[in-house]
Amino acid sequence: MVTAALQDRAATNAAVVDENLQPKAESVGLNFHYGTFHALKSISLPIYEKKVTALIGPSGCGKSTFLRCFNRMHDLYPGNRYEGEIRLHPDNINLLNPQVDPIEVRMRISMVFQKPNPFPKTIYENVAYGLRVRGVKSRAILDQKVEEALRSAALWDEVKDRLNHLAFNLSGGQQQRMCIARALATDPEILLFDEPTSALDPIATASIEELIADLKMRLTILIVTHNMQQAARVSDFTAYMYLGELIEFDQTEVIFIKPKRQQTEDYITGRFG
Amino acid sequence: MNDGSLREVRQLIARHKRWDVIFSVLGVVCLMLGVLTFVALLVDMWVDGFGRLRPEFFTSFPSRKPGQAGILSAWVGSTLVMFVTAATAVPLGVASGIYLEEYAPKNWITDLIEINVTNLAGVPSIIYGLLALGLFVYQFGFGQSVLSAGLTLGLLILPVVIVATREAIRSIPAAIREGAMALGATKWQTTQDHILPYSLAGIMTGVIIGMARAIGETAPVITIGALTFIAFLPEAPIKAEPPFVSFEWLFSGFTVMPIQMFNWTSRPEEAFHANAAAAGVVLVAMTLSMNALAIFIRYRLRKNIKW
Repeated sequence: MVTAALQDRAATNAAVVDENLQPKAESVGLNFHYGTFHALKSISLPIYEKKVTALIGPSGCGKSTFLRCFNRMHDLYPGNRYEGEIRLHPDNINLLNPQVDPIEVRMRISMVFQKPNPFPKTIYENVAYGLRVRGVKSRAILDQKVEEALRSAALWDEVKDRLNHLAFNLSGGQQQRMCIARALATDPEILLFDEPTSALDPIATASIEELIADLKMRLTILIVTHNMQQAARVSDFTAYMYLGELIEFDQTEVIFIKPKRQQTEDYITGRFG
Repeated sequence: MNDGSLREVRQLIARHKRWDVIFSVLGVVCLMLGVLTFVALLVDMWVDGFGRLRPEFFTSFPSRKPGQAGILSAWVGSTLVMFVTAATAVPLGVASGIYLEEYAPKNWITDLIEINVTNLAGVPSIIYGLLALGLFVYQFGFGQSVLSAGLTLGLLILPVVIVATREAIRSIPAAIREGAMALGATKWQTTQDHILPYSLAGIMTGVIIGMARAIGETAPVITIGALTFIAFLPEAPIKAEPPFVSFEWLFSGFTVMPIQMFNWTSRPEEAFHANAAAAGVVLVAMTLSMNALAIFIRYRLRKNIKW
C-alpha cells in the first residue's frame, strides 16, 4: 500500500520537485568523533527547504548522531569532535564552526526528542520556556505565542482549559505534541525530530505524522526514524545510512521504489536490518 | 510427571524454602536488636527526665539548684549556632555541588576534589574542632563565640550538603537538561530554571539531615571552648531602635544542648542527672522533628515530579 501511494506521488511530484528546491542546510564532508570512535564518515547531504528529509538505517548507523550535529547537541558532552561543515542558508554560515555559538544555533534550529521530555511545570510554562529564555516578559506576547504554538501542534483544543495543569498529566501523545509546540513557539528555521514516535501508540503516531505533513508548509524538517513506513509516509527525501556512512540519498519515492544501491534495497525490503 | 518424581520435587522445594524461614527469623532478630536498643534508650531517658519537662525548664538558666536549673541558654544557643551553620553550609555546599555536577571540566583535578569531598565526610568531628580553634577562634579572632561554633559545624556538614546536592542533581534525567539546552538556554538558565528547582527536595533533605547531625555534635564545640555554665542570653538580633538588626549575638559566648547535658551528667548529684535526661529528650525531639520536616519537604516537593 505504501508502495502504491509512493508510485502515485512519484508520477505527480517528479516535475514539481525539481523546480523550487532550495537547500536550507547542507552537510559537507561531515566527520564526527566520539573520543576515538569515528561515528560519522564524510557525510555530504542537502536538506531542502520546506521539505521533510528522513534519515533511516539500522541501529548504531549514526543517524541520531548526524541529527544532533545540527543543533550542536554534542557540545554538551566532552570528548566529541566535529570535522567538516554544515552550512546554513541563506546566510551561508558553518554551524559547526567553533566560533559560532551553539546557543545561537539552537535558537534557530529546534529539536523534538525520542521520548517526550516535558519539564515538571505547567503546560503553559513548558511551551513558553523558549521565549522566556529569549527574555520575552510581556504576558500578552507569551499568551499569543503559546496559543499559536499549541494550535500549530494541534493540541490547543485539548488543553486550552488547563494550561496551568502540570504537563505530566497529559497522555504520551499529547506530551509529545506539547514538546513539538515548545519547539515551535520560537519560530525555528529547521525542526529536528529524533524518532519522535518510538515511544507512542499507533494513534498518537498517526497524529504526529499528520502534524509533520502540516508543518513542512512552514519550515524545514529533518527526521530520524526506525520505522520505514513512517519515512515513506512523511518524507520527501530519504537518506539511508549504514555504519556512519551515507549509502544513498534521493527522493523518498526513488529510495523506496528503485534504489540505486543493492544495500539500500536489501534494507528497505527487510532482507537486512 | 509421575507421582514419585512430583513428590521428590515437592520435597526439594520444601527443603529450599526452609532457608527462607531461617533467614526471615534471623533478619527479624537483627532488626529488633537495633530497634529495641533505641527504644530502650529513649524510654529510659523519658522515665528519668519526664518529671523535669515543665515550661520552667525551657525558660530557666542553669542553676546550682537542680530543681531550678533549665535549658534556656542551651536551646537558644543551639538554635543560633544552627542558624549560622545553615547560613554557611547551604550556600557553600549547594554552589559547590552545582559547580561539580554542571560546570566542572571532567579531569583529574575534579576527580581529586571529588575524592577529597567524600573523604571530608569521614573526618572525625574533633579534627574540625581543632582546625576551628586555630583558625576561627585565634587566627580570625572570632573568639569562643556563636560565630565560631556555627562556622565549625557548617564546615562539618559541608560534605553532606555537597554530596546531597550532587545526588539530587544526578537524579534529574539527561533528557530534561538536553530539552532546556535545545531551546537555547545557557548553562545558568538551565540550572536556575530546571536543575535547582527540581533538585530542591533532595538538597533540602540533605541539609536537614546534616543539621540534625550537627545539632547533636559535642566534641568540636567543646574544643573551640563553648561555656558549660552560662546564665545570660546572647544579644537579641532584632532591636527596637534603629538600625533594628544587631550582629552582636554572633560574638557572644554560648552553650549548646549536648554540652549542657554533658555538664549535668558529670555532676555528682543525682537530681542533675534527671535534668540531663530531660534535656536529652528535648534534643532527641529536636532531631526527630528535623528528620520529620525533611520527609515532609521531600514529599511535598516531589509530588509534582515524576521521572
